[in-house]
Amino acid sequence: MTVLIGQSFTGISIGAVLLLIALGLSLTFGQMGVINMAHGEFIMSGAYTTYVLQQHLTDAGTSLLLALPAAFAVAGTLGIVLERTLIRRLYTRPLDTLLVTWGVSLLLQQLARDIFGAPNVQTSTPGWLTGRITLFGGEHPVTLSHARLFILTLAVAAVVALTLTLRLTPLGRRIRAVVQHRELAEASGIATARVDRTTFFIGSGLAGVAGVALTLVGPIGPTMGTNIIIDAFLVVVVGGIGRLRGAVVAAFALGVLQALVEYSTTVSLAKVTVLIAIVAFLQWRPQGISTVRTRSLA
Amino acid sequence: MPIARGYRLASCVLALATAAALSGCGARTGEENGDGPAAATIDTSGDTIKVGLLNSLSGTMAISEVTVRDALMLAIEEINADGGVLGKRIEPIGEDGASDWPTFAEKAGKLIQQDQVAAVFGCWTSASRKAVLPVFEQHGSLLFYPVQYEGLEQSPNIFYTGATTNQQIVPALDYLREQGVSSLYLVGSDYVFPRTANRIISAYAQAHGIEIVGEDYAPLGSTEFATIANKVEAAGADAVFNTLNGDSNVSFFKEYDAAGLTADTMPVLSVSIAEEEVKGIGTQYLTGQLTSWNYYQTTDSPANEDFVAAYQAAYGADKPTSDPMEAAYTSVYLWKEMVEQAGSFEVADVRAAADGITFDAPEGTVTVHGETQHLYKTNRIGRIEADGTISEIWTSGEPIEPDPYLTGYDWAEGLS
Repeated sequence: MTVLIGQSFTGISIGAVLLLIALGLSLTFGQMGVINMAHGEFIMSGAYTTYVLQQHLTDAGTSLLLALPAAFAVAGTLGIVLERTLIRRLYTRPLDTLLVTWGVSLLLQQLARDIFGAPNVQTSTPGWLTGRITLFGGEHPVTLSHARLFILTLAVAAVVALTLTLRLTPLGRRIRAVVQHRELAEASGIATARVDRTTFFIGSGLAGVAGVALTLVGPIGPTMGTNIIIDAFLVVVVGGIGRLRGAVVAAFALGVLQALVEYSTTVSLAKVTVLIAIVAFLQWRPQGISTVRTRSLA
Repeated sequence: MPIARGYRLASCVLALATAAALSGCGARTGEENGDGPAAATIDTSGDTIKVGLLNSLSGTMAISEVTVRDALMLAIEEINADGGVLGKRIEPIGEDGASDWPTFAEKAGKLIQQDQVAAVFGCWTSASRKAVLPVFEQHGSLLFYPVQYEGLEQSPNIFYTGATTNQQIVPALDYLREQGVSSLYLVGSDYVFPRTANRIISAYAQAHGIEIVGEDYAPLGSTEFATIANKVEAAGADAVFNTLNGDSNVSFFKEYDAAGLTADTMPVLSVSIAEEEVKGIGTQYLTGQLTSWNYYQTTDSPANEDFVAAYQAAYGADKPTSDPMEAAYTSVYLWKEMVEQAGSFEVADVRAAADGITFDAPEGTVTVHGETQHLYKTNRIGRIEADGTISEIWTSGEPIEPDPYLTGYDWAEGLS
């Protein structure tokens, strides 16, 4: 029983990582419909931002906390540059966007390799994140590491902040208006191009924040983004295009499923199980867990 | 029509994701060659002799293979500064294997046929070596392979300058047994090296009364290790034998640390983590953990002082040297010695001259074992220190004769 509880916690923490890496994508892909294959490299830019800050500020804790806004700004700026130079011209050509952003992702990987070198770099984890909490002591104690709890908190905070922004602020209203009906929004006087830019900035910035979190659990290197990008897309597709709620449910569901299957079998079998479950689910509900309801017939 | 468009996008992305996941799987095996080894055409015109350098400079393996390329270049520059080989300067032709096995095979063919190189130095993963092997056998060319591997192979067209299993894994098990380890947990990446290594470890364990309490494989590149760390912790072994490769090690050790497991309570002995990887994982997670290699940057030999100094002068004072780099550096010198002994660049002559060739390598004097085309190498167990270096805590004492098929070990019967 405690194994089941322990693995569920592990699953939730895996889900939190998935959620963080998918959250930005659920904005740019989910809301705007842009297939951004360079999203993984935006995450990478966040991880390298943490590394660079730590090189200059010796205290691991301060630099990690400072890295959160810094990575948001760095990845967001990369996003704006990409949106302004390329994606803006391709809004009506989603498949071309896919190819172009994939090329951009290769360019960014090589750029990272040229600047930071091909080998992975290391960051140190601050002392207050190295411990763990033990629940249900006994033969099979359930332990939760501080780093995982930090990521979980960060994921929840990011979702709450994003939801509040979309629901309550004028900017959020404009974003929703453009997503739901671009022409009508434009006719009502909303500068859709500027809204697109802002949405892309926020989505890309969130990728940077995910990168900061990943430094606590994974490798920091030029190819780290490629490992992540597929999982991120899976979460958004399962969650349903255009809805944050779906992405949240999907991330935690996939994480827990992965963790539970993996404990009694192997990593590969768990991945296969998750993929089969996703395919079966999309057969049953092609639109994902939750979608935007519209009056259109499609 | 947001739903329809979204669904189409979703399908595209899923298809692409599947394609990306599958593209790593298919390795080219090449055709069988029924006519016996051909002789490669080697371009000996001009006052330079061309050699091929085949390493991944991009993709997931670039992290390790770039350093091997640097070490190869260092050896070539040193030899050229010293007058070259048989009076010819070495002209390196570099190719990028891009961490993709079919690309390795294609580039090997290009180096042999188009550039007509005298020998090729490179490859890292066993998958890339298995992919190029038929190409070298078909064209009768030579490959110098600088990385420890799973043994059970002996191609006349490959010189293996890294350790085979009885020079790395078997001594590591001897060491653990000496330390009183009676149960092991095996963690590895899911491909040929860890699978074969773990078969050998299991056979050894069975014969020596060591219990294997768990065995787990993660796909190459996998970075989610929370569950495996939980399983290792629950199993409570005396030690973990780690054959993970590449980025997976970073996540594994971060989770291992987060699960509260330490080198004192449950040491991890790794066979794919050298100085370069230590830097990328973070010493904070690794201090006290064990490794098994034939060379460390701290290895005490005059040749090593020169090697480390020359390498750091060329590539930066903070660059560590590691076992595969040393084996790569050594391989170029061994090829030079073989060619000079043979008085010819022809593959058949070089092979005939190989037996007994020695070189004062940074790891100590190595000797070519002509029959297996492997090297006599000394094993060293190392402890990872807080400053990122690895210090030797145990050694096999003298160079171990290579035995890629483990024919000299009773317990290994039936493995090959």
